[in-house]
Amino acid sequence: MFPELGQLALVCALLVAAVQGVLPLAGAQRGRMAWMAVARPAAYLQLGLVGLAFAILSHAFATQDFSLRYVAQNSNTLLPMVYRYTAVWGAHEGSLLLWALILAAWTAAVARFSRRLPMPVIARVLGVMGLVAVGFLAFLLFTSNPFERLLPAAVEGRDLNPLLQDPGMIIHPPMLYLGYVGFSVPFAFAIAALLDGQVDTRWLRWTRPWTNVAWGFLTCGIALGSWWAYYELGWGGWWFWDPVENASFMPWLAGAALLHSQAVTEKRGSFRGWTLLLAIATFSLSLLGTFLVRSGVLTSVHAFAADPTRGLFILMFLGAVVGGSLLLYALRAPNENDGAPFAAASRETLLLANNLLLSTACAMVLIGTLYPLLADALSLGKISVGPPYFALLFTVLMAPLVALVPFGPLTKWQREQASRPFAMLVPWAGLAVGVGIAAFFLAPQGAWKVAAGLLGATWVVAGTLRFLWTRVRSQGNRFTAEMLGMTLAHAGIAVFLVGALLVEGLAQQRELPLAPGQSVTLGDRTFAFDGVVHREGPNYIADRGTVRILDGNDRLVTTLHPEKRRYASGGQVMTEAGIAAGFLGDAYVALGEPLGGDAWAVRVHRKPFVRWIWLGAALMGLGGFVTATDKRFRRTGVTA
Amino acid sequence: MNPIRKRRLWLVLALVVAAGIATALVALALQRNVAYLYTPSEVLTGSAGQAVASGQARFRLGGMVAADSFARAPGSMEARFRVDDGDAQLPVVYTGILPDLFREKQAVVATGRMRGGTFVAEEVLAKHDEAYMPKEVADKMGKAHRKHDVAPVAGDAAVQADQPGLAP
Repeated sequence: MFPELGQLALVCALLVAAVQGVLPLAGAQRGRMAWMAVARPAAYLQLGLVGLAFAILSHAFATQDFSLRYVAQNSNTLLPMVYRYTAVWGAHEGSLLLWALILAAWTAAVARFSRRLPMPVIARVLGVMGLVAVGFLAFLLFTSNPFERLLPAAVEGRDLNPLLQDPGMIIHPPMLYLGYVGFSVPFAFAIAALLDGQVDTRWLRWTRPWTNVAWGFLTCGIALGSWWAYYELGWGGWWFWDPVENASFMPWLAGAALLHSQAVTEKRGSFRGWTLLLAIATFSLSLLGTFLVRSGVLTSVHAFAADPTRGLFILMFLGAVVGGSLLLYALRAPNENDGAPFAAASRETLLLANNLLLSTACAMVLIGTLYPLLADALSLGKISVGPPYFALLFTVLMAPLVALVPFGPLTKWQREQASRPFAMLVPWAGLAVGVGIAAFFLAPQGAWKVAAGLLGATWVVAGTLRFLWTRVRSQGNRFTAEMLGMTLAHAGIAVFLVGALLVEGLAQQRELPLAPGQSVTLGDRTFAFDGVVHREGPNYIADRGTVRILDGNDRLVTTLHPEKRRYASGGQVMTEAGIAAGFLGDAYVALGEPLGGDAWAVRVHRKPFVRWIWLGAALMGLGGFVTATDKRFRRTGVTA
Repeated sequence: MNPIRKRRLWLVLALVVAAGIATALVALALQRNVAYLYTPSEVLTGSAGQAVASGQARFRLGGMVAADSFARAPGSMEARFRVDDGDAQLPVVYTGILPDLFREKQAVVATGRMRGGTFVAEEVLAKHDEAYMPKEVADKMGKAHRKHDVAPVAGDAAVQADQPGLAP
């Protein structure tokens, strides 16, 4: 009974979205106020309907309704309560429903917080978001209906993939989707501006906080995914340049470029066409990300069973969105360059360089990710592009960006004496180089990476502090939330650099057989293996190891319990790593397999500064959120 | 040429040069880091190419872990098994911990090189989900199996043709 209601709610939501996608757009084109006025109520109604469907699916999971195919495939009577709720988005159908719910929520938020915008603008923006919702709801209903019945009902469910039975996975997909879907707001704005034929910087100011918030969520989502892979896959790696990771990284790079180019367009009026194009590209890459992950066309360590026929629908949807918006762009892009002119030495030039580097990096990731698909389609063989391709090119492209970061905030708009920011930064460049050289000679291993990481981090931190100091000392200039957000995000880059390059340079790893009583020493930590005992969990049985971590003086630091779990349903085996997390580094133990007797294959890692990777990402995300709170974005008056 | 045109020309030239360098870098990096997927029979029959068979090229070996082929040398991390594609088997050696879903009679993709007649793996990936076989392996195995169905007939015909004395 309930599931049919959920299905009905989805059908109604599709109809509402269709109305929201057509009437307000037509109304804005013809100047009919009544048609445009439909947009807001439709947005709220759509949120209510999709929310109802989502609640019903959650209820079906909570009450273990195995007469629904989706529930039967992704839940089990033994599944703990909290994972029953998160199982809702544990597979294809539910995660699409989550996507639709988040899109409806963003749309309703736009409807709620857009009181000061002219009616035709808001009607167009909500209309475009309605059209996107039509695509997703149709996809849900026609190819991936979560409310499909299973007759006769299953007695027992197949269980949620054990990899996903984890706290990190509870919030990773919603965060990621909040980011992906959030980029539909600048996208809808770009389309609205193209339809309208003029790019008003006041409206652009209104979209900036949305872009920043979306980017902040995406940053946190990617960081959570990386953290999850680190402790759940048992390999101790934090980024694999895997297609699924790349799928979320491309919109992140494009989004980062968009943040900066929006700032230029809003403040100086330059780069109008480019900002619109980037907004379209960022959302298109978010859709492409969904396509890559959900269609199963790519071989990935994260790939789950997927139905390729669905890929066709997403591909058509993607084609319509990308093709349609690019066509619109080609026909209506602003030709006249009415932005303020700027000299070669100016903040505009620096931000142009930022955008070029970020979008090139994005294109590089796109090529590496799609090349295997292309080669397969052209029968050039089954290939995979190795991480060294991405690592090399990414480093080459990001090194100049890191070098330029401190210059940006210290350089004036429009025209700058090139010597002024240089003079301000020379001592700090000297300090950074000094730190780099010292690190090079002091590092026990991986000298180049350690030196590069510390040099880059010192340079960015010192340059950012230099900007803070200038700002705080100068009277009459307010320190705005926008500046604080930028400072936080740039500091996040420095923290990330320390984490990423130090862990790559200094990490130690060994895989070896250990019998109870044996131990292994890595750096200043000794891992003493005390054997394995049997233990029963709620829906699995486990071999639970005990490993004592001792410091250089043989004092006990902590005791870790890595596990090898076998899940009752399906018998899937999972590794739960034992991790002693620390600000300066982790000690990491994972069980391999029993080797006969009481001996086990054991993998031990030292991961210096690995936490700084996610701390840096958190700072960047926070920077996005803080920037969005700037009061200036809520003003509608024209300021120079 | 007026100054604005001249500046534009320089800008366009700079863009073309930058794009050229970027393309060259990408092409070079791609070429160096691409790993092809081959099945044991492709390696053994030489259709994967000389560089693969000789151990020069790093490639990915895909197939099923053959039944009763897995063994670990006592007291060490060295694991040996054979990868099977229905037509041929190739011995593989890997030193280290194998993924959780690694099992005999299951799909596997290993990255490494040939050393003598053995494939020395640097990395072994097993499927990620109980009900899932990597698509590219499934495609290749599918081809191998179709070929396998056809092969005996063709082989018989060849045997008969080679021995004209037996012809009626």
